[in-house]
Amino acid sequence: MSTNSRASEAAKAAASRFVLDRCTAVPALIGRQEDFLHVAGLAGTMYDITAVTNDGPNCYGLAGAMGAACMIGLGLALARPDKRVLVTTGDGELLMSLGSLATIAVMNPPNLSILCVDNGHYGETGYQVSHTSLGVDLEAIAQGSGIKLTRTVSSEAEIAEGARILRQGNATAFVLLRAKPTDPPKVKLNLDGAVCREIFRNGLLHRA
Amino acid sequence: MEAKRDADPSGRWQNDLYDELRRHDVTQFAYVPDAGHSVLISRSLADPGAHSVRLTTEEEGVAMLAGADLGGRRGVLLMQSSGVGNCINMLSLIKGSRFPFLTLVSMRGEFGEGNPWQFAMGQAVEPVLNAMGVICLRAERPEDVIPTVRAAITMVFQSGQAVAVLLTQRLIGAKKF
Repeated sequence: MSTNSRASEAAKAAASRFVLDRCTAVPALIGRQEDFLHVAGLAGTMYDITAVTNDGPNCYGLAGAMGAACMIGLGLALARPDKRVLVTTGDGELLMSLGSLATIAVMNPPNLSILCVDNGHYGETGYQVSHTSLGVDLEAIAQGSGIKLTRTVSSEAEIAEGARILRQGNATAFVLLRAKPTDPPKVKLNLDGAVCREIFRNGLLHRA
Repeated sequence: MEAKRDADPSGRWQNDLYDELRRHDVTQFAYVPDAGHSVLISRSLADPGAHSVRLTTEEEGVAMLAGADLGGRRGVLLMQSSGVGNCINMLSLIKGSRFPFLTLVSMRGEFGEGNPWQFAMGQAVEPVLNAMGVICLRAERPEDVIPTVRAAITMVFQSGQAVAVLLTQRLIGAKKF
């Protein structure tokens, strides 16, 4: 069997585990979005969180610098122990920054949660299959990196537990949402990072 | 253990440098462990007022300091010249969002270097950083360090610039092979 056909067999086998729709599962996992400072990874998750927060001042999102989301979340969580920080990122971006899971696990800030929307594909570039369709398990990698509080959510029945873990607050939490490879909500993104930074800081630091 | 191994009795300017950073409210210290920054690293580990963060690779620190700024805090990335190359694309975060960014780079691959592997990245540090919008300031002598870092702190945290202070091999000494 050629490498490519092996890959397509594996992707087909994995597809049965990617059934949830991100457009409903992400808001259900987050719940009251105002309870978090949000960091959104690039591409799909930037759409997810822009929609969830209605482009609110409590979200800083990426449209480049792939791999930055989790570590921005760590810096923010260490800076603001009085706030809960939620990083929402995709499988593609997380695969590019796996070491950050180890760095975060060592620090283990209790006010940081990571939600990985894993659709097994690089959606933004045309839905090419990613490693997670081919056997790579990001929850196992998070666990192996030392993050103790982890869950995989791949069915409706598991959403409530995932939502609880994201808010538990006694250790850094990691929730892997397995979602089908369909588009995130269609919303207009603010792609001016400097404006996003100003809005976020003004909302957080200068609010009376 | 770490602190003991890293303690450098002749590290006068290194200790002054740590105090200078803390005096200016730098609270997040991010690094891949490195001999050139050993005093700063061990001081930050022993400091209950600072977060001392071991990275697996230097670009993590670029992103972390952006997060610190979003939360209204100040940080510094401590790295070796080889780490600069790992940061290139991540520096688009700094330039694109105009984050303040301070890094101290312990140089290899220049004055008196005995390991040929260090030259390619060491010699590329300044052009690479300049290309990504990071201003480079060099410290060549112990008495340069504090004034140079003080200037960098003003440029970064008052003027919102990205600045690298290069702790040159002439300053820190070439590693013996």
